[in-house]
Amino acid sequence: MKAIITVLGPDKVGIIAAVCVYLSNNGINILDLSQTIVGGFFNMLMIADFTHSPLGFDEAAAGLARLGREIGLEIKLQREDIFNSMHRI
Amino acid sequence: MLSRFEILETNKMINEENLDVRTITMGVSLLDCADSDMSAFRRKIYDKITRTAERLVSVGDDVGRQFGVPIVNKRVAVTPIAIAAAGTRAADYAPIARTMDDAAKAVGINFIGGFSALVEKGSTESDKALVRSLPAALATTERVCASVAAASTKCGINMNIVRKLGFTIKEMAILTKDNDSSACAKFVVFANAVGDNPFMAGAFHGVSERESVVNVGVSGPGVVLRALQSARGKDFETLCETVKRTAFKITRLGQLVAREACGRLGVPFGIIDLSLAPTPAKGDSVGDILREMGLSHPGAPGSTAALAILNDNVKKGGVMASSYVGGLSGAFIPVAEDAAMADAARAGALSLEKLESMTSVCSVGLDMIAVPGDTPPETLSGIIADEMAIGVMNGKTTAARIIPAAGKTVGETAVFGGLLGEAPIMPVNGFSCADFIARGGRIPPPIQSFRN
Repeated sequence: MKAIITVLGPDKVGIIAAVCVYLSNNGINILDLSQTIVGGFFNMLMIADFTHSPLGFDEAAAGLARLGREIGLEIKLQREDIFNSMHRI
Repeated sequence: MLSRFEILETNKMINEENLDVRTITMGVSLLDCADSDMSAFRRKIYDKITRTAERLVSVGDDVGRQFGVPIVNKRVAVTPIAIAAAGTRAADYAPIARTMDDAAKAVGINFIGGFSALVEKGSTESDKALVRSLPAALATTERVCASVAAASTKCGINMNIVRKLGFTIKEMAILTKDNDSSACAKFVVFANAVGDNPFMAGAFHGVSERESVVNVGVSGPGVVLRALQSARGKDFETLCETVKRTAFKITRLGQLVAREACGRLGVPFGIIDLSLAPTPAKGDSVGDILREMGLSHPGAPGSTAALAILNDNVKKGGVMASSYVGGLSGAFIPVAEDAAMADAARAGALSLEKLESMTSVCSVGLDMIAVPGDTPPETLSGIIADEMAIGVMNGKTTAARIIPAAGKTVGETAVFGGLLGEAPIMPVNGFSCADFIARGGRIPPPIQSFRN
């Protein structure tokens, strides 16, 4: 299953590293990543593959949200289907 | 691969523009609960509702979490009680409403619809018992919603029931006067009622429906508003195209959520209702869309045309996005639940008469309209009859949900709280229609009903 990870919040050192370490430790593969800073705000989108992860969706979503709180950003996990259905015929 | 823009657009709709799935409503047939013993009937319907909808709330929350979109309401609609309970031959149906209320609380849903009677042509003894029980049923329950189908294009208008309901609504208002007559906010009168409407107060599980089914109501006035802001000053073609494109996206979200929820619940998918349903939240208003189209207030000249454009293009965009569209499907224009509509009524821009003409091009009808508590029952019946006539003659669904707020008058506000919001008391034409309403009988169906 593919999912979209969005990370949003004030920029600081090590955000990508923290997220990637979490994903790597949990067997989640990154398929695509795009990141930008707008007005000091860190803004990252990732497309990730959960197929080989031992974590269920809810566990991973809760884990990423927890990580976000620790490093002071909002991290959200959503299934890819919502974007496909809204933007593809 | 998805583009960054697409992902950001969807999340912006959810986070900033109040995009949500307004309701997933599970229809549950109670036909197999028929019993001649009242307490056995009540036990059966309690068991059936709580068993069938047991996982509705948890599944709704799970699906919402996974897609990152709120599913605001989880609700149940049952077979019209006047049909399901006929075998009891009871004189008082209010205890059934209390059982429905208990079942709703047990499964954690905020409304249960279907305390209803379908009396377009005439009333059975059971229909009469239900209508008689309406005031007590709605005054003594919290989550039960009721409706009466009083007219249809095929049958005409049952004026006996329209007359009776004027008095019934007054009685409900007085019984709940401490809450600004809130019982009336849970009761709606329909012309051309539909059995797959997921929205309250008028949801019931039609007799032609399956055992159980999931119907989904999407929303998103805020998303349409934001899209129209980017088309400010452009011509009507651009305006229509913008609404259509936005409605498509919103509906696809509803379709996705519906499919996922149905799969998990093991219940067939029914329909997507394409209505734009406002809430009292800022920026979640159909009235604001009309203003964005170029009206200083909803109710200004041009409002009917603007609403017609909105309603038609929401349907055009939505129809392609879903395999089954049904329910009411259009734009709701309630006064109480929509901040911009309430403001327009307060400012004097929006009158009851203008609202009535707007209902000829929108879904539903006179919705959540608070009127003075001393409005005569015959006048309420007259307002309902007018609304029924618009539906019957135009072959569309219309409804009336009027609240004669007991003890209040023009200039004051009726406050219902929560999802129901608050409504300024609107002035009512003071000239009498009592002799017209007193005639009784049935208005025959219009010529356009003879299509066979």
